[in-house]
Amino acid sequence: MNDGVNGVALAVFIFFFLLVTAMGFMASRWRKAENEHSLDEWGLGGRSFGTWVTWFLLGGDLYTAYTFVAVPAAIYAAGAAGFFAVPYTILVYPLIFTFLPRLWSVSHKHGYVTTSDFVRGRFGSKGLSLAVAVTGILATMPYIALQLVGIQAVLDVMGVGGGEDTNWFIKDLPLLIAFGVLAAYTYSSGLRAPALIAFVKDTLIYLVIAVAIIYIPIKLGGFDEIFARASEAYSETNPATGAPRGATVPGEAGQWTYATLALGSALALFMYPHSITATLSSRSREVIRRNTTILPLYSLMLGLLALLGFMAIAAGVKVSNGQLAIPQLFENMFPDWFAGVAFAAIGIGALVPAAIMSIAAANLFTRNIYKDFLKPDATPKQETQVSKIVSLLVKVGALVFVLTMDKTVAINFQLLGGIWILQTFPALVGGLFTRWFHRWALIGGWAVGMVYGTVAAYGVASPTQKHFGGSSKEIPGIGEIGYIGLTAFVINVLVTVVLTFVMRAVKAPDGVDETKPQDYTADAGDPGVQVELPPATAGSSH
Amino acid sequence: MSQAPETREGPVVTPVRVVIALCLVAPFVAMLWVGSYAKTDPVFIGIPFFYWYQMLWVLLSTALTMIAYKLWQRDQRARSAAKGGASQ
Repeated sequence: MNDGVNGVALAVFIFFFLLVTAMGFMASRWRKAENEHSLDEWGLGGRSFGTWVTWFLLGGDLYTAYTFVAVPAAIYAAGAAGFFAVPYTILVYPLIFTFLPRLWSVSHKHGYVTTSDFVRGRFGSKGLSLAVAVTGILATMPYIALQLVGIQAVLDVMGVGGGEDTNWFIKDLPLLIAFGVLAAYTYSSGLRAPALIAFVKDTLIYLVIAVAIIYIPIKLGGFDEIFARASEAYSETNPATGAPRGATVPGEAGQWTYATLALGSALALFMYPHSITATLSSRSREVIRRNTTILPLYSLMLGLLALLGFMAIAAGVKVSNGQLAIPQLFENMFPDWFAGVAFAAIGIGALVPAAIMSIAAANLFTRNIYKDFLKPDATPKQETQVSKIVSLLVKVGALVFVLTMDKTVAINFQLLGGIWILQTFPALVGGLFTRWFHRWALIGGWAVGMVYGTVAAYGVASPTQKHFGGSSKEIPGIGEIGYIGLTAFVINVLVTVVLTFVMRAVKAPDGVDETKPQDYTADAGDPGVQVELPPATAGSSH
Repeated sequence: MSQAPETREGPVVTPVRVVIALCLVAPFVAMLWVGSYAKTDPVFIGIPFFYWYQMLWVLLSTALTMIAYKLWQRDQRARSAAKGGASQ
């Protein structure tokens, strides 16, 4: 489908790429604090971000390039079922309104950098904290890999990266350059780099969506026309399954799947380390609550973006790889220069979350594996150094993953990652509200949820894949098709509750809780709470 | 550190808090009840009901969260004022 390099689009793309690269390196001088060698500084931007920076950072973090490519791609492939992303992001905000401020407060009070830090402090269990950390790292890695898949899609459509017969090095060179640059400024500027770049990314994305949602329907003859052509396309029988390709409204059978996917994904989103990193970097708990009232603007954008999937069908975009549908739509519909802007938006949209994710995974490793198990007496400076290096390794790992394995492997693991990360919910959110769960019961519930989720996902076949063919399966006992992650989560909670009763009955040691009830409601400015955290307090308080 | 003057006392469930909870629960009921909106009509500027209804809920849930936020702020202020301690 590549008829040569699109020169104008490529030039615009490179311009924006250079712009954000410069910003990324300069970010280290933005809002600089005295103790630049602490993990608080590098990994949480000094915990100083206000409402708007947090809004851009979280938006840049949660609505990734992969989201922009994958959500409309799902619509393009199957119609209504792909739209679950919208109710999913609607449900996220009431949820985080309820529990994230508590996490912010207790972290602020005790200097926690990661969710595992909190779990260890709350339950006095390094084992449970390790389980949460490992799950977080495992779930984040494929997510980073998928950001690369997003960039690759854009590069492909622009015609760089060459055809099938090009030498692999030339083919992957643009991706290697993009990631080398990303790695360098994340290393030097920490969380400040993606925070600053997020401004550019979101401005571009909003601009592109606003133009696309008005300009493309006009060119295609209005939404009536778009949906008419789309339903026609969906009703054609797919030769592989013998069933229609999709529908513009989910049928009776698909409704459980739709609802459980929305709910399960909403519960999982703020278990991801990168969401927590962005949250903890905010200045006060008020910033978080206020953000839950302005972040939904991104959901609206996501909904509009999803509609692009229908437009791709109506515009007659034919791609074998669904990931290319949207970039190809831009290429076909927009003048070259604006297509370049759109591609830059997606490309930069991959860099921001990839940076935050690698920082979050690195923090987890440093705090909950390196410091807890390998070198308990590490100084803040050593911690920061280890985190910086691990953030590099994580990115290299993701790069190798994408370059050596088939794209479907990354997507499969991403699917598993979502199921896995949801299994840390009872320990984290449960722990924020109650100390009733027993630490060993939580480990038991987590293990059962992980095993069930993995086995169940392995057993899902699709016309193109024998295993990991999808994320939903019959719910045991109900008989409807539902999201595996949510089923595993329910089983996890049941096991945790039963085991807690057992542990209490046999009087298993409960572990030390270093938090106090009032820690969960403390805010900056409250009496007794320091506005500035002592440098890298983390870990030194117990 | 100075002793934390702990405010959150008095009845845990108050009418205001029930309203806050309802504001936060409403989107769940609306969105998880897929059967209530899985249809094509009425169409709005060519977009089937299924899609514009959910996008409308983005705005509704935002408004509800905002109400919950305002009520919560007021609730907290009233509580700390009632305790007589904090100036803010």
